[in-house]
Amino acid sequence: MKKNGIGRRYLINFIATAVFFILALVVCGNGGSRMKLSVVPSIWQCCYLIIMAASLNLVLGFLGQLSLGHCGFMAVGAYSAALISLAFQRAGFYEEKSGVAFLLVLLLSIVAAGVLAALLGVLVGIPALRLKGDYLAIITLGFGMIIVNVINNIPFCGQQGLGQGSASSALYATGLGFSNDEKVQYLWVALLTVILCLSLMFMFVRSKYGRAIRSIRDNEIASESSGVNVNYYKVLTFTVSAFFAGVTGALYACSNAALATTSFAFTNGSILNSVFIVVMVVVGGMGFLTGSVIAAVVLFLLNYTIKNGAWVAALPAFLQNVFTYPMLVYSIALIIVIVFRPKGIMGSSEFALCDIPKWKGWLQQYFASRKAGKEELRHE
Amino acid sequence: MVTFIQFVITGLRLGSVYALIALGYTMVYGIIKLINFAHGDFIMVGGYSLFFLIPVFMGLGLPGWLAVVPACIICACVGMLVELLAYRPVRKKGNKLTSLITAIAMSFVLENLAQAIPAIGPDPKIPYTLFSATLSIGGVAVSSATIITIVVSAVIMVALYFFTQKSRIGRAMRCVSEDKEAAILMGVNVNHTIIITFGIGAGLAAVAALMYIAQYPKVFTTMGATLGIYAFVAAVLGGIGSLPGAMLGGLLIGMVQSLTNTYISSSMSDTFVYLVLIVVLLIRPAGVLGKNVGEKV
Amino acid sequence: MSEEKKPVLETRGLGISFGGLHAVSDFNISICSGELVGLIGPNGAGKTTVFNLLTGVYVPTEGTVLLNGVPLNGKKVHQFVAAGVARTFQNIRLFDDMTVIENVKVAFTKDIKYGLVDAFFRTPRFWREEEAMTKKAMELLAICGLEDKADVLASSLPYGQQRKLEIARALATDMKVLLLDEPAAGMNPTETAELLACINTIRDSFGIAILLIEHDMSLVMNVCERIQVIDYGVTIASGLPEEIAQNPKVIAAYLGE
Repeated sequence: MKKNGIGRRYLINFIATAVFFILALVVCGNGGSRMKLSVVPSIWQCCYLIIMAASLNLVLGFLGQLSLGHCGFMAVGAYSAALISLAFQRAGFYEEKSGVAFLLVLLLSIVAAGVLAALLGVLVGIPALRLKGDYLAIITLGFGMIIVNVINNIPFCGQQGLGQGSASSALYATGLGFSNDEKVQYLWVALLTVILCLSLMFMFVRSKYGRAIRSIRDNEIASESSGVNVNYYKVLTFTVSAFFAGVTGALYACSNAALATTSFAFTNGSILNSVFIVVMVVVGGMGFLTGSVIAAVVLFLLNYTIKNGAWVAALPAFLQNVFTYPMLVYSIALIIVIVFRPKGIMGSSEFALCDIPKWKGWLQQYFASRKAGKEELRHE
Repeated sequence: MVTFIQFVITGLRLGSVYALIALGYTMVYGIIKLINFAHGDFIMVGGYSLFFLIPVFMGLGLPGWLAVVPACIICACVGMLVELLAYRPVRKKGNKLTSLITAIAMSFVLENLAQAIPAIGPDPKIPYTLFSATLSIGGVAVSSATIITIVVSAVIMVALYFFTQKSRIGRAMRCVSEDKEAAILMGVNVNHTIIITFGIGAGLAAVAALMYIAQYPKVFTTMGATLGIYAFVAAVLGGIGSLPGAMLGGLLIGMVQSLTNTYISSSMSDTFVYLVLIVVLLIRPAGVLGKNVGEKV
Repeated sequence: MSEEKKPVLETRGLGISFGGLHAVSDFNISICSGELVGLIGPNGAGKTTVFNLLTGVYVPTEGTVLLNGVPLNGKKVHQFVAAGVARTFQNIRLFDDMTVIENVKVAFTKDIKYGLVDAFFRTPRFWREEEAMTKKAMELLAICGLEDKADVLASSLPYGQQRKLEIARALATDMKVLLLDEPAAGMNPTETAELLACINTIRDSFGIAILLIEHDMSLVMNVCERIQVIDYGVTIASGLPEEIAQNPKVIAAYLGE
């Protein structure tokens, strides 16, 4: 009986996702040039921000460890995907970015990107066994920087790729790097990847794995004394999180014509950096996956309007200056969120589609209780 | 041989600047168990204060380096403000993780706020060059800035060590870092002590800024971020919370960097710095001179 | 429980020193299934240190811990639990941001057979095991009188119930020996009485060995079959409650010379 209820939930979620997926494809596929030039590339960006935020949440929100090098994993994923596909392209496996051969290469690059990043995740997870909190944060920061630094210094990842040209901080040749047309054509890949990654993460946290890592977050000693193999679950979480970051990297490689290591730094001018991912997770709520998704989308849109919106130009000069460096706005917002809503803006209860019919009741209950509270105050 | 002496001197110079900054990290960490990510940006504040103040002092006929005094005061004020406005409210409500995230956010606030101020802006500025004389030691040219840097940092470190050991405030600091609750019971004003610690740490950052711009005459808004991270690594390496540890860590990092710059490649120095850090932490999780305090069951 | 039984938990010359200070030395104890033994001693006598040694939190510098005759040397904490030693803590350690039933389910983690693939793709095996686990967890909660609190956050429970939840969680590890570290600390007489009833039920229905640290002398004297007294890390007496109450060494240790 209870199982039927769960089954219905899964069904509703599945149908909703499928409808959303098809709708998005239809709308984007038939939109005009504006759709092609700004909306679809934005959706691609959103896609990788969403997976990045959600995957960092596994470590930050569920395991309770601050990882400051998350973009390093993404860099590994991006470079592996770009270089693997480039190798296939140079080998003549495909020429145009279409056809079954290309799809196979694309799939392979995405999976390989995830796996390679996951291997590095194991490496980062091992110090996590001996260190925690601040020390671990700085180690992960170091790992992120080492990854970028090493990529900068191997000719294999520089300039024309695969050893052509010297080492440099940018890779100009990639086998992916979609044009705007191709971004529309392969939008389904991005969406499907996001949907798959998110569902897998949900399944992960709502199983014994999720329970175990949350117990480590809440009280490591008690967790160990309850028979949880703390070391195993810590490394596992880092690995899984890195895997998804790597997959994100592959998406990044798809949507950018060239790769530069500065895009994956600890901090930089754009919104794709390890710190901004932390902002998304905290604002969305630590240990709250839907929150990360919503925060990623909202912050992306916010950033987009700040960068491109007409309203910024209408502001006085000093404020305009402020908005030229939106990181200032985000960091102040972050501090405010932490001070006033330490659990994230939306609190920590997961959003569920099946609960929508209950919303009316909840709202009524909420207002009734507020009213009652006020009455009580008045009586006093 | 000349290369070797050059390498040692560069290492010492870099190391003393890192050590000065690392002291700030270590003092704050010792007292509130928080990595003050914004500390690096206090250097930037110091750098810009010096940039604006040195010409004023020169105009008044005073030596330019005296500008470090008001710069220290400005930095100390910024440090205290950061503690008051951001860290204290978060410490009251949140846990260690949220404090840490606040610190990172604060660092971004300072950097980006500076960029948004029209007089500063995003482009690097060139301050007035101080201590430009050059000496020759054993056939190696050494700038007087280098010697001053090494000597001044050494003096400050020794002074600070005695300050924490002997003075009333220093004792209060050690008291709070040992056991906050007990310190309150003993009548130590904890918030007061924390504020002063922030002030001193940030003030030291201004001195470090002077040393730094004497060597590399350039100020820019993110100058503190990289410097700060190295210094922080130095503090962790030496054992965070320990003053001698900060000095040792600073010198060690300076040497490692100088070594990679001289003998390998300057673009790999980050990698080696972090590798040293990771290896040391894996062997001694509390740093070289740090005490390992496990959680009590 | 009639046959002359071998002890479940046994220690031989167990000791640990921290930088030259002997916190516990030459500690010997043996407990059989169904037995309830008390470990008492003045403050700072090393009782909790003994618990930490018995659960693998501290690595002993001398001696061994044996479970069913098998030495547990060099095992990690979670391996001690897997072998069958479970504990509660003096200062309650619950998973605050998880619900009551999740707290209990965490302790099942080591016995769950399904793997990552099952979790990712929600195989029938996943559902089967999760369901069985929910049922078992509810049974344990019922024993501790928490079945109606299954879905509230652990941190929102009142103090006495938090203690009980800790016991329920320890039970869920499927242990042979249960170590209770001051379970009645900070409880009022009613709560203590409830807790006692709960402990007795557990011992009778699970047939496990229980070792109990307690400050409340009347409680120890009432429920424990045997008592061991330590002071400065050294065992100064052990025997039946009546013997202990009369032992001059024990009286001296508690009241001072």
